[in-house]
Parts: sequence; structure tokens; C-alpha cells
Amino acid sequence: MAATAERRIGLQFDQVEKRYGAVCALRNLTLSIPAGECVAIAGRNGSGKTTLLRLAAQLIRPSRGRVSYCAAAENEKPHIGFVAHATMVYDELTAAENLFFFAKLAGVPHASNRVGQLLREVGLEDRKDSLVRTFSRGMRQRVAIARALLGEPALLLFDEPGTGLDAESSSWLAGHLRTLRDSGCTILLSLHGESEIARLATRGVRLDAGSVVADTRSGAMFQSIFVYAGG
Amino acid sequence: MVKRVIFGAVAVGLVALAAYASFFVAPEERTMGVIQKIFYFHAATAWAGETTLFVCFLANLLYIWKRQPKYDWLGVTCAEVGAACITVVLITGPIWAKPVWGIWWTWDARLTSTFVLWILYICYLLLRTLIDEPDRRALLSALYGVFAFIDVPIVFGAIRWWRTQHPAPVIMGGPGSGLDPVMKKVFFLNVLAMHLFAAFLVVERYLLEESKHDVELLQREAEAQ
Amino acid sequence: MALLSNAAALLEKEVRTEFRSRELLSTTVVFVLIVVVVFSFTFDPTSSESHRFGPGLLWMAFLFAASLMLQPCFLREQANDTLSALRLAVGDPFAIFLAKIFANTLFLLLTELLMLPVFAALFNVSFAAQLPGILLTLLLGSLGISTVGTALAAISAQARMRELLLPLLLLPLLTPILVVSTEVTVRLMSPDGVIEWKGIGLLLAFDAVFLTVLWLFGEYLLEE
Repeated sequence: MAATAERRIGLQFDQVEKRYGAVCALRNLTLSIPAGECVAIAGRNGSGKTTLLRLAAQLIRPSRGRVSYCAAAENEKPHIGFVAHATMVYDELTAAENLFFFAKLAGVPHASNRVGQLLREVGLEDRKDSLVRTFSRGMRQRVAIARALLGEPALLLFDEPGTGLDAESSSWLAGHLRTLRDSGCTILLSLHGESEIARLATRGVRLDAGSVVADTRSGAMFQSIFVYAGG
Repeated sequence: MVKRVIFGAVAVGLVALAAYASFFVAPEERTMGVIQKIFYFHAATAWAGETTLFVCFLANLLYIWKRQPKYDWLGVTCAEVGAACITVVLITGPIWAKPVWGIWWTWDARLTSTFVLWILYICYLLLRTLIDEPDRRALLSALYGVFAFIDVPIVFGAIRWWRTQHPAPVIMGGPGSGLDPVMKKVFFLNVLAMHLFAAFLVVERYLLEESKHDVELLQREAEAQ
Repeated sequence: MALLSNAAALLEKEVRTEFRSRELLSTTVVFVLIVVVVFSFTFDPTSSESHRFGPGLLWMAFLFAASLMLQPCFLREQANDTLSALRLAVGDPFAIFLAKIFANTLFLLLTELLMLPVFAALFNVSFAAQLPGILLTLLLGSLGISTVGTALAAISAQARMRELLLPLLLLPLLTPILVVSTEVTVRLMSPDGVIEWKGIGLLLAFDAVFLTVLWLFGEYLLEE
């Protein structure tokens, strides 16, 4: 499941600004994320983390500036895995149906094998024919993660991945992320505070009011990324 | 500022001149009498309205392509002025029709289509009041505006075909009605005057929209400090 | 071709979801029935009156039903933000529209086909003689309603008062469909039972134009 050299992608934000009416979510943000890096993005609520991730997924357009992928294959739309607070799966379908559906859309080869493999990995094989509507929060999160991993993405975006997960699921996720990180996947994790998952990151960036205020690349201490002035 | 005043003065002056010409230069129509003179104003406003709505369509396309707020301002401005023109058309029409043909309204092809046109752009304006965020509002109303404008010829075509199946009295002159040369000149003077006046309204409304935007920007900068 | 296979996968999902619960179809069918009954109080349903007002009544009922039936189209995708997942997975966003348009056309057609015999019985009219023509009109009309309706559903899902906004925006835009479909149906049900090819052509033109417009501008409708 390694991300081969041709499919590794980096991410580049060039003077990105995103405004929603009178509110400026991101201002003059320039960030360079080379392929294979695992970045923890910390910040308070409203600091712009979610906006940053959605821009990275190209789900929203910047008001100013550019977001681009640095990939070996220029014109290809990279496989992006996105896990947010919303599960992005259909409640009225079963776990298996959801995964098959998204696998088909993404053009995943040998879809049934891949779906079966992922269901086993996320520990939902025995519940694969139950409607997602009947799942607990933790189980839904696991379906969401499986969905994100279907196309063997070279770029993974996690918006507050630990939320709603119990300690066991959190550990499981951390283990999975470690494997993905080690296989060369570029990962962005947006987080509130330090945790087992946060410690997987090879780099830390703190956002405050839409700007980068600290970056371990520029010498900041990793622990300090999670300390907010004024609590 | 001076340019705006001059433009406004010229526009209003021309409208006054056109009105004078309609009443005192154009000969009285044989069968309808004085009330027919409202036709110059009515039809000229209709043309001006249609031109303005076409500009609205172009502004909508430009906004979708370039995403610059000025195209959104132009779009809403033209939609408002255009809708106002069509409102005038829908009011002056019955005022003309009642004394001449004895009826306020008839569902003939042109009137019905004009009514639908009016509703389409009222909906455009209504839609804008229901979206709060400026960028979303601009994009979604521009997209609706494109749909609406493209629908207009189809509406006119469909209703005209329908009317050929069920002929109704055509009032206010069918397509073949001729105008005598003096009337034609007066008519085109009115057309020019109403276009200029509509343009003046568009400019003023646009500048208002631009000022609103500048005020918001200043407010935001003040809050940021 | 990726666009068609994506659209096919999406269409299969839409149909599977609907047939599992059948909530949309059942409520729409009942609604059309209610509209027909209520309208029947407004005129004396003798044979000649039924032939005159019937088709218009029928198409109005379908239009009203459609404007309600199309509401959940994009609202469903907001619940768990599945729209974002679709946008990430699909190469061409038009596939999302294509699938929803075909699904909505299918559901509308099913409703209409269920209503035809009921309507025929209630008003003592017969569709049997001109069935192919009626079916063609229903198909083209429903396609037009779905195309514009799906696009407007995407717009109204992002606005306030969306339950009222969709019918408000939809009905004026669909004037050509209402006018032409009614007229074609009236002529089909008249004693000489003739197909108005010009009307069929107008419906076809409407469908083609708006499918093209949606193909050109659809991705902007889905932007956040």
C-alpha cells in the first residue's frame, strides 16, 4: 500500500486569502508542504484550520492567491482522502454499499477486494451489511476513514481526527496513520491539542486568526505548537 | 461628479424632449386618439428594459467567469432597472388598452410573455434577499440570471406557438402594424431617450452599490484594529 | 467514458436509496392525487369540460408535485456532507447532475404513469388511443422539469426559505413546459388525436438547451 514515487504529491499555498463576507478566515497564508510530510496543524476554533483543509482538497476556492499540488504527473487530479467532522457517507446505505459506491466512483480497481480489505482493517466486517444509520459515532468515523482510504490516496486530510473516538479507536487510528505516514503519504492533521495522533507528525504549524504564527520548520518547538497564548 | 450631473441632465432633458415630441410633433392616430401616444413611451421603455436585461445577462456571465464584485454590482443594478422598465410596460399597457379596446388585459402572446419575463427577474431579486453571504449571493444569482435569460426566448417562442393554436385578440399593434414616417422618428427619439435614461439609472445605482461595498470594507478594517 | 460510468454509479445509488424507503415516490403520488381532487372542485367535470381542463390540470399537478419532490435532491447531500465526498470522488461534476436528473425524471415518470389510469377513471377520458404520443410528451416534459428543477434545487439548498424558494424559482422557468405539454396533450386527447410535432420539437429544444447550460455551468452550482 505504499505511495509510489510517481504518486507522491506536495502541497503549495501561495498568499492564500479566504473571505466569507466580512469574515476573513485565512489571510496571506503561504505554506509549502513537500511530498510525504505529516503536518499537524494546531489552532483554536475559528483559526482557519478547517478552511485550510478544505482549500487543500480544492472543495473551496481561495478569494485570493493559489493552492496547487506539486505532483510528478502534472495534469492528474490526485486521489485525496478527506475525513472531516461530517462522516460523508450515506446513512441509508450499508457500510459495504457505501464503500462499493465510492470505490466505483473513484475507479478503484478490484473494488470488492479493496472494500473487503478495508472493512477488515477498520474492524467493521461483521457489521458491513448494517445501515450506517445504526452505527455509533466511533463506527461512523471508521466508515469515513475507510472511505477516505479507498483510492489509496497520496494526500490525506484529517479534520480533528480524534473527535468522538474512544481511547481504543484513537489508538487504532494512530497506528493506521503511522503506517500511512511511513509509506510516503502526505498527511495534514488539524488538531486542537497534543495527543497520540498529534505526535505522529513530522512537522507542526500553528494557525491563529487565519495566519501561520509558528512553524517547526522555522525552528519552533513542537510542544509549543499546541500552546495558545491566553489559554 | 460633474460628469454624472451632466449625464443626468442630458438624459432627463432628452426624455422631456421625447415627451414633447410625442404629444406635439407626432400626429394623432386616426382611430385611437390621444391615448395612443402612450405607445411611444410604452414601447420605448420595453426596448430599454430588454437591453438592460441583456446587459444583466452579460454581467452575470462575466461574474461567473471572473468573480470580480463589479460584475455582481452591474448585474443587480441592471436587473433592478430592467425589472422597473418592465413594470412600467405592464402598467402603461393596460392604461392604453382600457380606453381603446375596453379591456385591461388579454392573455395574448406578447403580454403573457412579458409578464413571465417580469416574474423571472422579480425572482432574481428575491433570490438575492435570501442569501446572506456576498460571494455566494453573487454566484448563485448570476447562475440563476443565466438560466432566466436563456429561458426568455423559449418562453416567448412557446407562448407564441400556443397562441397560434388559440388565437386571441392582439392589442397594441401586431408585428405588421406600420408607423407613418413622423411617428417613426418620434418613436426612435423615445427609444434613444429611454435607453439613455435607463443607462443613467444603471450608472447611479451601480455607484451606490460600489459605495456600499467601500463602506463595508472600511467597517471591516476599523473592526480589525 | 468516466462521466457516464460515474453518472451510472450515482444513478444506481439514487434509485437504490429511493426504492429502499419509497418515501419520495409515495408522498409524491399522494400529493398529485390530492391536487387533482382539489382542482376537480373548481370545474364541472363533464366530458367536454374534462377534455378541455383535464390536461392542464394534470400538468399543473405534475409541476407542483415536482417542485416538492425535487427539494430533498441536494438537501439529502447536506446531511452528512456527502456532496463534498462526491465532488472529491468524481472527475466531472456534471456526472452528479446527470445522475440526479435521470433519477428525478424516473421518479416523476413513475408518478405520472401511476396517475394516468386514476385520472382516466376519475374524469372518464381515455389515453389508450394516443398512448405513444402521451408517453413521449410525459418523457420530454419530465426531463425538462427535472433538468431545471435539479439545477434550482442546488441553488435553493444554499439559500434561506428553501422550501418556498424552489417552487418560486421553478414554476416561472418551466412556463414553456407547462404551456407546450398541456397543448400537445390536449391535441392528443382531441377527437382527431393528432401529435403536434412542433410542440414536441419545442420540448426537445428546451431539454437540449438546459442540459447544455447545466453542462457548462453545473460545477459552479456545486461550489461552496
